[in-house]
This record gives sequence, structure tokens and C-alpha cells, in this order.
Amino acid sequence: MTFQIVVNLIISFMWMFLSESYTFITFIFGYILGALLLLLLNRFFPSRYYLAPIYRFFVLFLIFVRELILSNIDIVKLVYKRKPDFEPGIFALPVEVKKNWEITLLANLITLTPGTLSVAISDDQSQIFIHAMDIDDIEESIDDIKNTFEKAIMEVTK
Amino acid sequence: MNIIIIILLLSGTFFIFSSALGIIRFPDVFTRLHAATKAPTLGIISILLGAFLFLYGSHQLVSGKLLLAILFIMLSSPVAGHMLSRAAHKSYVKPYLRHRDDEYEEYMKKKGTKA
Repeated sequence: MTFQIVVNLIISFMWMFLSESYTFITFIFGYILGALLLLLLNRFFPSRYYLAPIYRFFVLFLIFVRELILSNIDIVKLVYKRKPDFEPGIFALPVEVKKNWEITLLANLITLTPGTLSVAISDDQSQIFIHAMDIDDIEESIDDIKNTFEKAIMEVTK
Repeated sequence: MNIIIIILLLSGTFFIFSSALGIIRFPDVFTRLHAATKAPTLGIISILLGAFLFLYGSHQLVSGKLLLAILFIMLSSPVAGHMLSRAAHKSYVKPYLRHRDDEYEEYMKKKGTKA
């Protein structure tokens, strides 16, 4: 990863010298060119493309925004129902991600999913306790959390 | 441009208003927190986006502070909800339950820290 950054920097400096304009804009342009070149020549490097986690992070951010909007529509629907008929409950969800920031991110995403709110994390950090608006159709949101969020978070750190 | 700004501001106020209504209408702390953490996030974000577009459109001003505020609201509001609900659960607030599905209470009982 460090090696790829160094190569990228060398390419951008070379671009500056080749185009004989020593401004910041030229440097940025050279850096972008270098990143593209590294993407094309990625299979000659032993490690993964170093900007891939950034791309994954961007994907995660988009998922975050989508879930935020969906859950808002959900909650607004519930608010304006004449007779709120939901059956709340708290259930435990086993998590696979290990690092602290990953669990924090997962808990945040859970809170912003439709109908779920993270209440607590067990001491050994293997379970998240989730308060659900409707405990009956919880299978769907478990599926969502497991397959969408946890996978996306794991993709970032892989 | 103006129409987009108006739509953003109106939807923002609508979401914040309905979350306030939800806080009044829902039965217990946890369901109220559902209303209090989700809807205002989107409401504040759309109001800030409206302000950003307005500043950009009428004063040619790119306000980075507004974008940063959006980012921090998105990060902090779920954390606040999590901490509030955990604190509520720790201070023996009984959740509104019909089937008594409370696995967190069972876990705490098993650990022996809470009766």
C-alpha cells in the first residue's frame, strides 16, 4: 500500500516535470493520472489497489443515505397512522465484525435502518441488542443488516 | 433552483414536525427514541442542504461549514439515540412490550448485574 502511494507520487511529480508547470493544479492532475495508471496496472502489484477501501467507503456512505431516507418514510408513516399498532421488542443479533469502529458504524447503521434501534452492546462485543418496532417481521431487517451492512463494512477493511 | 430550495426546506420542517408528533404519540421511551433519532436527522439534513443551495445560488458562496454540519449530524444522532436508550434500559425503564421479548434483560439477568 505504501509502495503504491510512493509510485503514485513519483508519477505525479514526473507529470509536473514533463508538462513544465509547477503548480498545485498540475500536481493534482498528475496524481489523478497516476491513480488511473495504478488501477490499470494493478495486477502487477502484490497487494490490493490502495484506493479500493475509499471506493468501498463511498459505497457504504451511499447505503447509509439510502437507509436513512427509507427509515424516515417508515417512521413518518407510523406517526400519522390513526392507531399505532406495533409490537416492540428487544432481540439480540450476533455480529461478526471485531474492531471497535466497525461495531460503532454497524450500530449507527442499525439505528438508521427502518424500524430498528440499537440499545446496547454485550460486554464481549459479540452481540448487539436491538429494539425493533415490529418484532414479528424482524427476519427481513436481520437479513438486511447481515447481508447489506455487515458485508459492506467488511469490504472496507478486507 | 428556488423551487428545489423550497421543497427541501418544507420537507425538512415536515420531518421535524412529524418527529415531534411521534414523540408525543408513541407509548414508551424506546419507540419515542425511534421517532426522535431518525426523522430529525433527515429533516435537519434537508434544511441545511436548502441553506447551502440558497447561499450558493444567491451569494455564490460555497459554505463548507454547512456540509460539515450535515456530516456530524449524521454521525452523532444515532450515537445519541443509542446512549439514551441504553441509559433508559439501565435505569429500569420498562419497555412497552406485548410478548415480553426482551433479550437484553435476559442477558443482564444471566450476568447477574440486574435483578
